[in-house]
Amino acid sequence: MADISPSPTATWFDWVKPKSTGRLITTVLLFIGAWVMVFPFIWMISSSMKPTDEVYDADFSIIPKTFKGFENYYGVIFEQPYMVFLMNSMIVCVGILVIQLLTAIPASYALAKLKFRGSSILFGTVIAAITIPINVTSIPLYIGLVKVGLLDTYFAMMFPFIVSVFAIFLFRQFFRGFPDSIIQAARVDGFSEIEIILRLILPSAVPAIAAFSVFSFVAHWNDLYWPLIVVQSQDKMTATLSMMQYHPLSTRTTGAPMPPPPSSPRRWSLHSFSPAGCSSGASL
Amino acid sequence: MLTDGMKMAQLTLKNIKKSFGDTPVLHDISLDVHDGEFVSLVGQSGCGKSTLLRIIAGLEHPDSGDVLIDGQSMLEAAPKDRNIAMVFQDYALYPHMSVGENMAMPLVMARLPLYARLPMMRSITPAGRGAQPEIRADVEKVAKQLRIEHLLDRKPAQLSGDQRQRVALGRALVRDPQVFLMDEPLSNLDAKLRVQVRAEITELHASSGLTFVYVTHDQVEAMTMSSRVALLQTGHLLQVGTPNDLFADPANLDVAQFIGSPEINITPGESCDGKVTIGATTLPIALPTSGPVQVGIRPETISVSDAPGLGALNSAAPTQRLAFNKRLIEDLGPEVLIHGTFAHAPDSIIRIRAQKSDAYSSNGVLAKSNSLEVTVNPNQLLFFGADGQRMRPTTVAQKRVETA
Repeated sequence: MADISPSPTATWFDWVKPKSTGRLITTVLLFIGAWVMVFPFIWMISSSMKPTDEVYDADFSIIPKTFKGFENYYGVIFEQPYMVFLMNSMIVCVGILVIQLLTAIPASYALAKLKFRGSSILFGTVIAAITIPINVTSIPLYIGLVKVGLLDTYFAMMFPFIVSVFAIFLFRQFFRGFPDSIIQAARVDGFSEIEIILRLILPSAVPAIAAFSVFSFVAHWNDLYWPLIVVQSQDKMTATLSMMQYHPLSTRTTGAPMPPPPSSPRRWSLHSFSPAGCSSGASL
Repeated sequence: MLTDGMKMAQLTLKNIKKSFGDTPVLHDISLDVHDGEFVSLVGQSGCGKSTLLRIIAGLEHPDSGDVLIDGQSMLEAAPKDRNIAMVFQDYALYPHMSVGENMAMPLVMARLPLYARLPMMRSITPAGRGAQPEIRADVEKVAKQLRIEHLLDRKPAQLSGDQRQRVALGRALVRDPQVFLMDEPLSNLDAKLRVQVRAEITELHASSGLTFVYVTHDQVEAMTMSSRVALLQTGHLLQVGTPNDLFADPANLDVAQFIGSPEINITPGESCDGKVTIGATTLPIALPTSGPVQVGIRPETISVSDAPGLGALNSAAPTQRLAFNKRLIEDLGPEVLIHGTFAHAPDSIIRIRAQKSDAYSSNGVLAKSNSLEVTVNPNQLLFFGADGQRMRPTTVAQKRVETA
């Protein structure tokens, strides 16, 4: 009988020791890859606990030489309206998601399961709309919001995103797989179309809805572009947008996650845009 | 059948036409289904039988024509207002609801107002709570009848095929419908269960007295279960009648070929001067017109002359002999199926179905020779014109007096 229990002299190294050279190389490569992925986050967390001068210090170390973690985090949480920013992000993301689901689910049910004239043209339009990026529509939207005086509101932050063509497309594909006979049985049993959606389609579509919710929430939480354009006052700023105003760098990293630097010139020229300055805005 | 007594339900289809795009699916179908009748719509796939059923249910709208229940037009009525119940081929159970909830759904929809049916509201609102015990009692009653009361808390995914089938029947029964529609409900069951559930559905029809309309592609199902069979082909209603009518007295060649297993044998013949000739044999049968005819011979009505005890002929019947070339014999257990050809038409396969006997032993007649003589009763033959329409003889063949 082979002795399969570890020998009493085994050390931790025996457990991690690679079994062959090939494995050693694989492990090293994977480790390097993992480090590349993880390092920015370690750097961010490390910097958030350093005093400002140490952040800019050429002599980098992961462990802060002077630990300023408590002060930095206290400053962000209690001395600045960071909780307001988080709340704004939450309101905008949840609001967008709820309205997206409310519009996309009935729309995709109709496109997937109801027969009506022009449904394929309508679906083609939806597909075509997926290809239009927000950047194309942002200027007309901005002008519109300026004209109705809704700039700098939650509405302005959510409005361009309340109908998600991606969600309509995704749910439509998902709903198509739902058996027609169950829907017909429901009609014979007396379900209204809304009840068919609520009672039958939705419970079966939970995986699709969950997947879309994650995509939508993350995308709008991390969105810098649109809030940057429509938000001016501090009490409407989202967490991501608020990153821009943190100086020095140490406080900014405390506010994690660190967004890429925004394109300021563009921001100012758009903000200077007003009905009175159409020509200057059009030169963008 | 569960609550109040007899309900009349006369279902009438009037000149139903339907096409999908440019493809006509149903051509001018008219059919009366009497109260308490079990009518099967039978035909090959794509013949329009399911579409017709869905038109009765209100799931499809006919291009023209009318659907009447008890003389009232149902065309404008939604499926739920037609007082029908439907069982689907794949059972169409609501997947995330328990068996009990599945069966309760039609009652919830019928008895509760919209606000009380919204999620959660059923247990909060007075209307919802008031109706709850009654619904539960009705569901349990039907569940008991179908012997599924122990399954009420399970999900459809946890059930076997025949259990799902019973739940689907139960969901249709609880609402106490006037007309019961079934779309190939047995086709997803294995052969053994199919026979069992077939008998259960027949019993259910007998005990409930409801009007059943049953769609199937399986002529055996149609023949065994129905009071009347309606045979459809490419959107045309070929014949409506009792199972025996369709088998023994088909209106045309298509009906004769569809009904019966194995399929009826067709062989060419010639009608002239009040006689019909098949190959070298002349039958004393007069047909209304002269010219080529198609003769249909049921496999059960042929017997092998030299093998006594075979075949379905009784000795008192008039007989005619035909030359037959045997190709192979299939042993079906109690019976045999003899494949071969008639000498005058070597291209078309003829099948003979006969009782098993000594003739098949290693030194029996059938083993010895491939050239046989078979006998048929001229009065059991079916004649069809070149257009496939049935031709009825104007005379009946008499027994030939044979001397031994």
